[in-house]
Amino acid sequence: MNEQPNAGAAPVIDAQKVNFYYGNSQALHHISLSFPRRQVTALIGPSGCGKSTFLRCLNRMNDLVDGARVEGKILLGDIDINSSAMDVIELRRRVGMVFQKSNPFPKSIYENVIYGLRIAGVRDKATLDEAVEHSLKGAALWDEVKDRLQESALGMSGGQQQRLCIARAIAVNPEVILMDEPCSALDPKSTARVEELIGELRQDYTIIIVTHNMQQAARVSDHTAFLYEGLLVEYGLTKKIFMKPKNKKTEDYITGRFG
Amino acid sequence: MKKYWREGEPMVWATGAALTLTLMIAATLIIVVMVNGLGVFWPKNLTLVTLKSGSRVLGEVVQREATASGEGERLQFKIGNRDLYGLDFRWVDEADFEKTELPEAAMVLERQEYGNFYGMLQSVSAPGFEASSSQALEQLMEQVAIKKQGLEEFTEKINDLNRRTSKLEHQKQILFHDDPQKNQDAIAALDRQVEALRGEFEHLVNRQTEAAVELHHYTATFSDVNGTQKTMQATEIVRYYQPNTMNVFEKGLLYLARVVELFIDDPRESNTEGGLFPAIFGTVMLIFLMSLFSFPLGVIAAVYLREYAKDGTAVRLVRIAVNNLAGIPSIVYGIFGLGFFVYGIGSGIDQIFFPERLPTPTFGTGGILWASLTLALLTVPVVIVATEEALGAIPTGIREGSLALGSTKFQALVRILLPMASPGIMTGLILAMARAAGEVAPLMITGVVKLAPALPLDGTFPFLHLDRKFMHLGFHIYDIAFQSPNVEAAKPMVYVTTLLLVLIVLLMSSVAIHLRNKMKKRYTYGTF
Ligand SMILES: Nc1ncnc2c1ncn2[C@@H]1O[C@H](COP(=O)(O)OP(=O)(O)OP(=O)(O)O)[C@@H](O)[C@H]1O
Ligand SMILES: [Mg+2]
Repeated sequence: MNEQPNAGAAPVIDAQKVNFYYGNSQALHHISLSFPRRQVTALIGPSGCGKSTFLRCLNRMNDLVDGARVEGKILLGDIDINSSAMDVIELRRRVGMVFQKSNPFPKSIYENVIYGLRIAGVRDKATLDEAVEHSLKGAALWDEVKDRLQESALGMSGGQQQRLCIARAIAVNPEVILMDEPCSALDPKSTARVEELIGELRQDYTIIIVTHNMQQAARVSDHTAFLYEGLLVEYGLTKKIFMKPKNKKTEDYITGRFG
Repeated sequence: MKKYWREGEPMVWATGAALTLTLMIAATLIIVVMVNGLGVFWPKNLTLVTLKSGSRVLGEVVQREATASGEGERLQFKIGNRDLYGLDFRWVDEADFEKTELPEAAMVLERQEYGNFYGMLQSVSAPGFEASSSQALEQLMEQVAIKKQGLEEFTEKINDLNRRTSKLEHQKQILFHDDPQKNQDAIAALDRQVEALRGEFEHLVNRQTEAAVELHHYTATFSDVNGTQKTMQATEIVRYYQPNTMNVFEKGLLYLARVVELFIDDPRESNTEGGLFPAIFGTVMLIFLMSLFSFPLGVIAAVYLREYAKDGTAVRLVRIAVNNLAGIPSIVYGIFGLGFFVYGIGSGIDQIFFPERLPTPTFGTGGILWASLTLALLTVPVVIVATEEALGAIPTGIREGSLALGSTKFQALVRILLPMASPGIMTGLILAMARAAGEVAPLMITGVVKLAPALPLDGTFPFLHLDRKFMHLGFHIYDIAFQSPNVEAAKPMVYVTTLLLVLIVLLMSSVAIHLRNKMKKRYTYGTF
């Protein structure tokens, strides 16, 4: 794994002094974090500290929340995603998301995978077929479902559904994939598969993952950010954070003394 | 005892009892309608009773009950022959009976006018033909049927001429309305055309009259049970049979024939006899049009409320208003429909598109379009509430999943949310249809009539005549039950019409429920 933080190319996403408000209550305070290309960054912290809120700022999912307001800059490449220069549809295509609870559409497996392409206006059958195979292989699901692509996605197991959601996200070929506790509803075996998958996906994608599972964070991520009550407490290489955290709170959290 | 209460037994009993009670009331209603409605067309035997006084009664036994004094029973007979007796029903005390028999010769005639005739065949007469057997009657009726067809052809030709004439008249009206001076020549030309058609018309009418007059010579003479003779034209007789000689199979065939007649024939005798076809047609078409209006309107309104409007006081107020709309008495909708659609929009349309026909209104009077729009207003809250609930029941995860893949709100709606909500929306539509099918009050002032001259959908251009008045089963029930001059004779028809209305609602909602279940299977298979 990478030795130094932010080594190599410029960060894909660079958040600068982000404040976030739900109505009058502030959920994020001055968060500055950047995410290096083709690396996995884990966001950890106790429940309610703002991990999901921050993650959802990155693809503007919070737009859907009434009264939500964001301050500061979040750069994707060199465009501020909250400025008018960035189209939110375009942003969400470049920054995909996998949710905590798997949410396949009540359509066939095939249609689920190509949903993003269909709404983008892709019609060519060959392109779609290829995207399905490529994405399902990428999500380590191809062998299990290749004979039942036309069956409903709702007939799959929970673990398969979650991997289908990952396949759906990578089908539109995003730069970044956001994952909000993708394994929290899965059994250990499915979790292991998804973790393995993340290991493979980091070859091509920048991944930001929220997790409550310290072992998981240690296993899959290159970098770790620890959030506490809306503040970024510590950020660094995963190894360092887990071996010798600088902050007392981080240490307490990682060793399981609270949270 | 305490334990008894704690286990909640009494509550279970109470809820169970409440359910049973409602089910029983509904079942009783249906059973009463079924028993009375299904039996109407079964041919009943003709009973001949000789009374102690010496007079005789011939008819169908309708019902029996205890006499007022409490001793013995009395029977109600349908004695028919309204043209002879004035009344078709008669009560007779069983105590007065001398003799009861089922004479084989007793015959039932269903007639175009005056209801049934009960009596015996005396003689049959046609040009150059005189007989008195029932075979002769059969031959006579066959000949008449053929001649009637010929007559019908004339009628059709005349109708066609009429249509052409009225088209020309209408063109004339337009020209006249435009500028009588300038269009003088054209108007004169039209006049000449109309004149030519009129000649043709007179010729046809003469020939038709001749044929009809000839038919008048085909008659049959019957006598009632007391010997009064009555000569009838064969064309008056719709059907004749001798119930006392018929076996179950023959009666069954007759039953079927009458049921078929019910579905395909026009009504007779101020709606108390004959078929219900125009009313069935009107009802189905009304509900169909209503759905066509209220379904999209309701769904779109609900989509806006749930998906686009910012949740706040305004939206909440609208929601409350929509819910309360469902509680407004339907007659209020009717009055609104009359004022807004008929007098407002309808008159406006007339002024703009049909000024030449004024003051005769085209759309500025009740019609199926306005009635269905009024019903659509009445049922749209049901669709809105159902759609909103169905959309609201979709997990946010699905919505976000679609948006996170870069879909617009509209794409998410069309591709994911509406299909997922469709079973719930269908439920709303079913409820709306059921409600619309049962409404009569608002229709009475927006276009329903006792007897419509033509269907709102037929073979003449432009085929769909939304301005026409229409007939409706619900109004039919009200009309024959309370407005007919002969309530007793209308009673069977009330049951039949009710049964039919219930069946139509049942049929339409089972189709909708079938559709809904199909959708449900498709969108909710194997929940997680
Ligand atoms: N839609 C919302 N409206 C108002 N407040 C919210 C909303 N969503 C979250 N919050 C608040 O914002 C804070 C951060 O929530 P967030 O969901 O980001 O926490 P989290 O770190 O993801 O927690 P968890 O680990 O439990 O998922 C919490 O105090 C929460 O109550
Ligand atoms: Mg969270």
